[in-house]
Amino acid sequence: MSLLSVRGLDLSIHGTPILRDVALSVAPGQILGVIGESGSGKSMTALSILGLLPPGARRAGTIDLRGRDLSALSERAMTRVRGAEIGMIFQEPMTALNPLQTIGAQVAETLRLHDRLSARAAAEAARAALDRVGLPEPEFPLSRYPHELSGGQRQRVVIAMAIARRPRLLIADEPTTALDVTTQAQILNLIRRLVVEDGMGAIFITHDLAVVADLADSVAIMRDGAVVEHGPTAQVFAQRRHAYTRALFAASAHQPTRRSRGRGAPLLQVEDVTRRYAGKPAVDGVGFSLHRGESLGLVGESGCGKSTLSRAILGLEPLQGGRIALDGTAIDAPHVPRATRAKMQVVFQDPYGSFNPRHQVARLVAEPLHLQADPPRGAARAQAVHAALQAVGLRAADADKYIHEFSGGQRQRIAIARALILRPALIVLDEAVSALDVQVRAQILDLLAELSDSHDLAYLFISHDLHVVRRITDRVLVMRAGRIVEEGATYAVFETPRHAYTKALLRAVPRLPEHAA
Amino acid sequence: MRALILGGALAAVFVAAALLSLVWTPGDVAAVDIGNRLKPPGWPHLLGTDHLGRDMVAMTMAGARVSIAVALVAVGIGMGLGVPLGLAAAAARGGWLDEAIMRGNDLVFAFPSLVIAILITAVFGPSAVNAIIAIGIFNIPVFARVTRGAALSLWTREFIKAARVAGKERMRISVEHILPNVANLLIVQGTIQFSLGILAEAGLSYVGLGAQPPTPSWGRMLAEAQTMFAFAPHLALVPGLSIVLTVLGLNLMGDGLRDYLDPRLRRVRA
Amino acid sequence: MLRYALRRFLSLTLSLVAASLVVFAIIEVIPGDPAAFMLGLNAAPEAVAALRAELGLDQGLVARYLDWASGMLRGDFGVSYTYRTPVAEIVADRLWVSVPLAIYALSLSTLIAIPVGILAAASRGRAPDLAVIGLTQLGIAVPNFWFAMLLVIVFAIGLGWFSAGGFPGWQDGLLPGLKALTLPAIALALPQASILARVMRSALIDTLGEDFVRTARAKGLSQGQALRRHALRNALIPVLTIIGLQFSFLLAGAIIIENVFFLPGLGRLVFQAIAQRDLIVVESVVMLLVFAVILVTFLVDLAYAAVDPRLRRRG
Repeated sequence: MSLLSVRGLDLSIHGTPILRDVALSVAPGQILGVIGESGSGKSMTALSILGLLPPGARRAGTIDLRGRDLSALSERAMTRVRGAEIGMIFQEPMTALNPLQTIGAQVAETLRLHDRLSARAAAEAARAALDRVGLPEPEFPLSRYPHELSGGQRQRVVIAMAIARRPRLLIADEPTTALDVTTQAQILNLIRRLVVEDGMGAIFITHDLAVVADLADSVAIMRDGAVVEHGPTAQVFAQRRHAYTRALFAASAHQPTRRSRGRGAPLLQVEDVTRRYAGKPAVDGVGFSLHRGESLGLVGESGCGKSTLSRAILGLEPLQGGRIALDGTAIDAPHVPRATRAKMQVVFQDPYGSFNPRHQVARLVAEPLHLQADPPRGAARAQAVHAALQAVGLRAADADKYIHEFSGGQRQRIAIARALILRPALIVLDEAVSALDVQVRAQILDLLAELSDSHDLAYLFISHDLHVVRRITDRVLVMRAGRIVEEGATYAVFETPRHAYTKALLRAVPRLPEHAA
Repeated sequence: MRALILGGALAAVFVAAALLSLVWTPGDVAAVDIGNRLKPPGWPHLLGTDHLGRDMVAMTMAGARVSIAVALVAVGIGMGLGVPLGLAAAAARGGWLDEAIMRGNDLVFAFPSLVIAILITAVFGPSAVNAIIAIGIFNIPVFARVTRGAALSLWTREFIKAARVAGKERMRISVEHILPNVANLLIVQGTIQFSLGILAEAGLSYVGLGAQPPTPSWGRMLAEAQTMFAFAPHLALVPGLSIVLTVLGLNLMGDGLRDYLDPRLRRVRA
Repeated sequence: MLRYALRRFLSLTLSLVAASLVVFAIIEVIPGDPAAFMLGLNAAPEAVAALRAELGLDQGLVARYLDWASGMLRGDFGVSYTYRTPVAEIVADRLWVSVPLAIYALSLSTLIAIPVGILAAASRGRAPDLAVIGLTQLGIAVPNFWFAMLLVIVFAIGLGWFSAGGFPGWQDGLLPGLKALTLPAIALALPQASILARVMRSALIDTLGEDFVRTARAKGLSQGQALRRHALRNALIPVLTIIGLQFSFLLAGAIIIENVFFLPGLGRLVFQAIAQRDLIVVESVVMLLVFAVILVTFLVDLAYAAVDPRLRRRG
């Protein structure tokens, strides 16, 4: 018997169809994984169930929670369902809490609202809820403010709020996407434990097949506002009946083909580099070298110093100790010789923020040309731009467009074209595929593999995503708290990690079942 | 879009009147005609005459010229000095230059433009130039702050990092990448400061710190009307409504421009 | 909290020093001799010499500044040349008009604007909101001194509810004084209230779009409860900034409005002083106004810390 059963759910916002005939069901004590790429309608499905839709939304269909149709309830009646019978966890823990209220007050509010508890009783219940999610006293008193907590701790507070009143249904919308992999593993464990303990049903929304593989009892795969496949996890993952399911699996496990390199001459040398902020070392005595044509991975969790290190390598950040040299020339920010800069380019994470929205693609791609002593002009410049665009699979005609006319994947291609135009020896890829959907990501990884062969490129591939690093790098560095704790050939580090931290990281990474049955 | 057109049209009427007054006004604003004084609106004086028998249409047109010129030059001063300061502060964010510019800003903010005008007038005597300087000085920190705030968030964007990796200097990035991306904001702020400038000029002229006789100005027309409006209300209504309509027009235009130029709103519309 | 307050206080002190240097420098750039300037063209040389001695002009610049600044710290602003009385006494009298007027106007504008802004944000896009947008747009465009003249026509000359100007003083109790300040305060408050209401509205609309408001709704709070309990306090931060900035506009506006209503406040005083070239009075009033603006900025900074725990801790 199901706890929640959604049937024929249609949704449009200002006339644009968002969901079509969505049907889902959740049983008590079980977790339903809802999987989809961005824009598939998975978040809107959650908001439809809660009745928290944006203005201009029109909803049809039935949402049956324990025999009651929520879609027929008034807004007033819904306020008694939200928080009491349905708890909700959102993606972004940094902004999900009121910055001006203590965590105790925010957790207690749920209880005071629905059960009319006294302040004292609510505070006691809030204390119990925070204890349950792993925020015990004396370290986490009720009087703490959100800004005093880390992202993972804030997400625990959000979870405490959601489960404080022991709701029947818990909805979690990408609750771990903004978190580090080890934190993610803890939060996933917590959610699983709470579901079992309270016999709740849960909907777990994610873009990551691997996350739900171990977690969910059943899954629903969504695409373009519709559920394409729904069933027990083991069955769906094993049978992969729908073409889209197969495509998702293929993209998730996609292995780009790339000639593995022997070591060429050293290209980038980093020796004992130290960078401090306000006396605290962000990068602490780091040394490594990167060879011509090599793809080197740099992995670590947020705050480990990998971004600072990459900025230092790019000559954007002065050093307090040590030395960085590219092709024998020292990089000593902010004075980096142009010829040296020209040998090294960068691709950033955010496909939306990486471009000046006011310039045409031709000008965006041509920007690094300014590093040349005698930059090409006119037809020669256009020729260089066209060649770079074609190398990344775009058309020469795209040069005259503006950046808002392109999708996220296309923008990353343009960013790569911009990096390629000077034919550099090294491209720093700073979380360059992290913001992309899995299918687009697979295509960009293929492109990177192909370019490294055709252009004899070395990559410094910085990422928090171990799956991706494994597939595109020859060697990998593991960074933690400003230091490199492990270094070695990628397959060796992944198969037989030596350092305890590397082992913990790898254990925390969710895995997909290897093969279809 | 409607606000933009309506506001633009309103403001354009007064700007056109000001421009026209350079070559033609219905009657001479310098000619005193006591026999014709305090005529109510009618023919041939559509808006009546003032206590010296001057045509109110002509006076209002000439007054528009002073108000608009003072406000416009004051916006020019504010932008011309404030924007480079704001860009420089953002480029040096956290450094001593940033700190110095921001503290300088705070200091100027402590002097409302009326106070600056009082100081200047006390020392150099009253004039329209005072009004321009006083309002202009007050505009500098406004533009510096707006520019710096917008520029700071741009500096963290990846396309700026990309430009730095491309070896461009901070100055060049400021001009090439930052300035065009804050331009919309500056245009909107410019219309707001323009309308505030018209209000400020009127206030300064009203208390005698702005344009001096015989130059007509809306604020002075109101000051002269004060003892007479009980029996000649048009003396107060005509310049007062002129100010209201001009400022309203500029503000509507500013709001309309902001909606029109804001890419977030445009994406929704597209 | 204490560290934060101390740091803000230090910044207040530095601003005051810088401002006093600016004022002193401007008065000092007077072309020629300040004493001759104050006495006019036809002054007797002996009178000029006497005034020079009185002003301490025979001392060096630094000594004069220190003299002036330390005098102000003790409450000694010098002696007015035209009134022949200590400036501190004249100013103190006038403050009894100007300060109540500014506070009256600021209270009015805040009391009107905040509920109106909340109403507009809560009914976003519907009739009350559109009415507020339209009315505030008009309110911002009206020059306050002109609005004051209209108020006089309607409520003083027409209806006779108030007198058209003048101030009876506080000796007959609170009410007659407040009554005389009512029209001026309304005239001052209206444009400020319009700006403030718009800021309140847009700050609240922005805050209502924040994730934590959605979290609050997911807990089961109604739209109204989420607005009251979570959005409002967060939206107050930008509103506080504007209230602080407005105070300086209010002071400036009050100086002009005092002229419309013939109120014996700082505004009247400073214009008379300009006409009579009494630089000592001008200098003192300007410093006082600047001091008021800087003090209000300081108070607003403290208010931020009271609202925002992130500031309290960081110091």
